Amino acid sequence: MPFYVSPEQAMKDKADYARKNIARGRDGVVIQYADGILFVAPNPSRALHKISEIYDRIAFAAVGRYNEYEILRKAGVRYADLTGYQYDRQDVTARGLANWYAQTLGTIFTDSPKPFEVEIVVAEVGEAAADDQIYRITFDGSVNDEHGHVAVGGRADRIGTVLKEHYSEGMSLSQALAIAITGLSTPANGGEQRVEITPSQLEVAVLDRTRDHRTFRRFTGARLDALLAEAADADADATEESDQAGGAEPGAGANRSTGTSPSPKPSNGSKPTESGTDADGNGGDSAS
Amino acid sequence: MHEERIALSDSKAGLTAAAYLTPMTSSFSDFLRDSAPELLPGVRGLNVPAEMARELPHGTTIVATDFRGGVVMAGDRRMTAGNMIAKRDMEKVFRSDEFSCIGISGVAGIALEVVRLFQMELEHYEKLEGRLLSLEGKANRLATIVRSNLGGAMQGLVVVPLFAGYDTEEGTGRIFSYDVTGGRYEEQRFHSIGSGSVFARGSLKKLYADGMDEQDAITACMQALYDAADDDSATGGPDMSRRIYPIVVTVTDDGYRRLTDAETGEYAESVVAGRTSAPDGPAASLREA
Repeated sequence: MPFYVSPEQAMKDKADYARKNIARGRDGVVIQYADGILFVAPNPSRALHKISEIYDRIAFAAVGRYNEYEILRKAGVRYADLTGYQYDRQDVTARGLANWYAQTLGTIFTDSPKPFEVEIVVAEVGEAAADDQIYRITFDGSVNDEHGHVAVGGRADRIGTVLKEHYSEGMSLSQALAIAITGLSTPANGGEQRVEITPSQLEVAVLDRTRDHRTFRRFTGARLDALLAEAADADADATEESDQAGGAEPGAGANRSTGTSPSPKPSNGSKPTESGTDADGNGGDSAS
Repeated sequence: MHEERIALSDSKAGLTAAAYLTPMTSSFSDFLRDSAPELLPGVRGLNVPAEMARELPHGTTIVATDFRGGVVMAGDRRMTAGNMIAKRDMEKVFRSDEFSCIGISGVAGIALEVVRLFQMELEHYEKLEGRLLSLEGKANRLATIVRSNLGGAMQGLVVVPLFAGYDTEEGTGRIFSYDVTGGRYEEQRFHSIGSGSVFARGSLKKLYADGMDEQDAITACMQALYDAADDDSATGGPDMSRRIYPIVVTVTDDGYRRLTDAETGEYAESVVAGRTSAPDGPAASLREA
């Protein structure tokens, strides 16, 4: 061990370390739709979640090292529950939570021998789409205020570009999911091979503003299959319309990988494949 | 996208990050005990004179019955302080989570804190662990919370809850009663707590039938509350002119449901109409048929 390392060098080494390890892992997408905010992440595990409920209108999504973001998730739940208990439920905000995460991650980055290899998103659904908030907090405690959509993980930049191409305000849930999946299939840096997204290995959840009280809802099993089927329809519609509207676009044709065709936007007049709200209105939804 | 460097000073509860990050139990009340004990319900070392305890707002009768498919819990609306009616539209029956409910009797202020803490306890566990507690687990957590108020109870600040829920494993409704030491007792068929519980229980003894359906169970509860109000000044009957009726909730495999005022109003009206001709209520037959 050297006697002295310049702070600059130490920080740079930590940052490189964290970035490299986060890039190795899977990615995640957070995207607004008409009735709320959608979270999608490839996740082979049924039990170990990357996307979780924090409070009535707040959810948490993370990529990176599981045990580290689990600590942060639990701490976030404690923070939110304590704040809501001390004051009132409506006094718990994503902004407050994001600030707390920023502080905590920043301290960990500076003080610990090893930074947390995580990137987290904290989102809050509002009464209307304009009130939705999405915050991305990086391993060193920087907070970014995101709008509409955000990707986290190793391919974040490339996925972000794809999302930006396809995103429009006021989409239905299935349209948003279709775009998220398109984004997540983006090839890794330096490659052209699209990433295979296995429906059975996707973790999908929403913050649904039409629900009372606790808005977080996880999609699993049959409900997830149904939603994915609707997303596939929405995707097909979008491709169809881009073909009709675009005319002679090279390589468009029946190509379903919409990532390659120039910015086809799912139009508002597209066939409504689903109402954007959930089938069963009953509660009893726990986090698993 | 621009970055915001967030200021490092934080003026919240004074809890350090360590308090939140340190792996600990999934119990919200344990978390409070370690980090913010001043937020726990109860008196915490105060000495409350007995006369003062008597003058604090009290209430109640709460009844619960099981029926074919779940449980019903109903509570009156009156809160008394000494000989005054402190509140006419007090709510004493609450949803504790999707499959359970809690009714409270005793000193209202502390009882409401107990309810709030209990609701938070269950939600906190669910979010941290990703699953609902078993009904027994919930009943046990409530027992611990009641136990922690024993000091206050000994000074007259008694809080006693009634807990009921739908056990998704066993597929039945279950009822649990408590004493101030946190003793937890499972009750069969029906139970009642509060100052009017003696009268309510006598009434339910004659009205309850095994395998009742939901409507009959609710009606039996309404009759029992009416009888309790008839004989206990600290229990309020249905206020027909102000349309303030007992709170009635059911918990079945569809989850918790609180009846609307319109629905409880209908039940109240039919009970009150019956009492006009038979003031002591439906008569039980003297010998088994």
